[in-house]
Amino acid sequence: MSYFSDIYKGIKTLLTGMRVTGKYFLHSRKGAITQQYPDNRDTLKMFERFRGEVVMPHDENNEHQCTGCQKCEIACPNGSIEIIWDRGIDEETGKKKKKIDKHIYHLGLCTMCGLCIEACPTDAIVWAQNFENAVYDRTKLTKVLNRPNSKVKAGIED
Amino acid sequence: MNIALNITKTIQDWLVSFMPESVSSIAAMVLVALMYLVIFAVAGLYLVLLERRVAAWFQLRIGPNRVGPLGLFQTMADALKLVSKELTGTVKADKFLYNLAPYFVIISSLMALAIFPFTQGFQAFDINIGIFFLIAISSIGVIGILLGGWSSNNKFALIGAMRSGVQTISYELSIGLSLLTMVLLTGTLQLSQIVEIQKNGWLIVQGHIPALIAFMIYMIAGTAETNRAPFDMVEAESELGAGFHTEYSGMKFAYFFLAEFINMFIIAAIATTIFFGAWLSPFGITQSIPWLGVFWFLGKTLILVFLMMWFRWTFPRLRVDQLLTLEWKYLLPINLVNIVVMAIIVWLNITINL
Repeated sequence: MSYFSDIYKGIKTLLTGMRVTGKYFLHSRKGAITQQYPDNRDTLKMFERFRGEVVMPHDENNEHQCTGCQKCEIACPNGSIEIIWDRGIDEETGKKKKKIDKHIYHLGLCTMCGLCIEACPTDAIVWAQNFENAVYDRTKLTKVLNRPNSKVKAGIED
Repeated sequence: MNIALNITKTIQDWLVSFMPESVSSIAAMVLVALMYLVIFAVAGLYLVLLERRVAAWFQLRIGPNRVGPLGLFQTMADALKLVSKELTGTVKADKFLYNLAPYFVIISSLMALAIFPFTQGFQAFDINIGIFFLIAISSIGVIGILLGGWSSNNKFALIGAMRSGVQTISYELSIGLSLLTMVLLTGTLQLSQIVEIQKNGWLIVQGHIPALIAFMIYMIAGTAETNRAPFDMVEAESELGAGFHTEYSGMKFAYFFLAEFINMFIIAAIATTIFFGAWLSPFGITQSIPWLGVFWFLGKTLILVFLMMWFRWTFPRLRVDQLLTLEWKYLLPINLVNIVVMAIIVWLNITINL
């Protein structure tokens, strides 16, 4: 008698589906995921996992965590990171130490794959959540991530 | 023939006061036709908007809300855009049939619209074979689709049209039989008489279990009849482009599109009339104010339209073979049994009369 049990199961599963979608329908006004972008430009905050662009956070002493190990540069599949580095003398030990001069990031080449951020041993670079990346001039997409006169935070080793 | 042209008569009486009788009868018909055309266009446009908003809410979106207050003019703007578009067509199309097809679809749905009792007296054409007329008219709609698909000279359009033919002709049986189940209860086909009988309780209450089964079958078959998802084999975007109206553009496409939504309204309106007491208010709470019937009629119809939209955004699509299995192996046998059960119930007089 699978004929009748099929009908019963069919109706039951359809009603289950309708209950689920009905619940969504009733809660949609509160839980709408649509962002009405240009209107809420001031308050719009993108969610944590959004990949806007790569940035290098600096603390209040203008110090970053980049040791200039170049792992990000090697990890990048399309060469959007270039690191210009130099050797300086460490004041404490007197040894020569690698430091970055410029951490150049080409946003125009970046595919937001995130391999550089995975490769970074010191978490010097992270994702930013900004999204208004359009510019009128292509050269503005080439960014220097470390701020001028910034230096590596003490105690960061690669 | 018991044809009471209620609103036509009212308008005619008014027209007779300043023009000869023969002219006034024609003028009255033209006026009523124009009125229904306006109802048709407005209802179609707002049903499209409703569908879009409801779809958005089901998917946790907001939906169109930019054009006018709350997006109320969105579909008007869309229609204006479609009017202004160029009418393209295929070179080897059968031009005559190609241009004729949209009008078949739209006229068949307009004709069906004419006989609904929106409220007491607000009925353009109270024909004594009401339900029979409705079933017949809803079958004519498919010929427009078939012509459109055939004359486009496009294989996808043709496949879509043929699927539509298969689907509509199959599900016509279920629609007809489920309505006949209710006719057993009323003993008349005239819509105003059916409403009159429902003053002792809506037919879905009067006929209890078999009426409920008939209603479920009717809604399934009705959704299939309007070629909406989950039965949208006709338009099957993933397989056939846009189905039978692939080659139509501009206003001709809009005719097909509007007719689809009006057909949905018609299916819901038939269900309202037959199962839910048309313009009768629940428990007769506003029986003394007849014009409120329009409100009740539209309210019930829109609830049923919403039910069909709910179907659309919940259920997975069927394949063609599953579609036919559902009709011929499940709906039709259940329907035939249901008719017998209903006949026995009417014979033994165990209906519920409030």
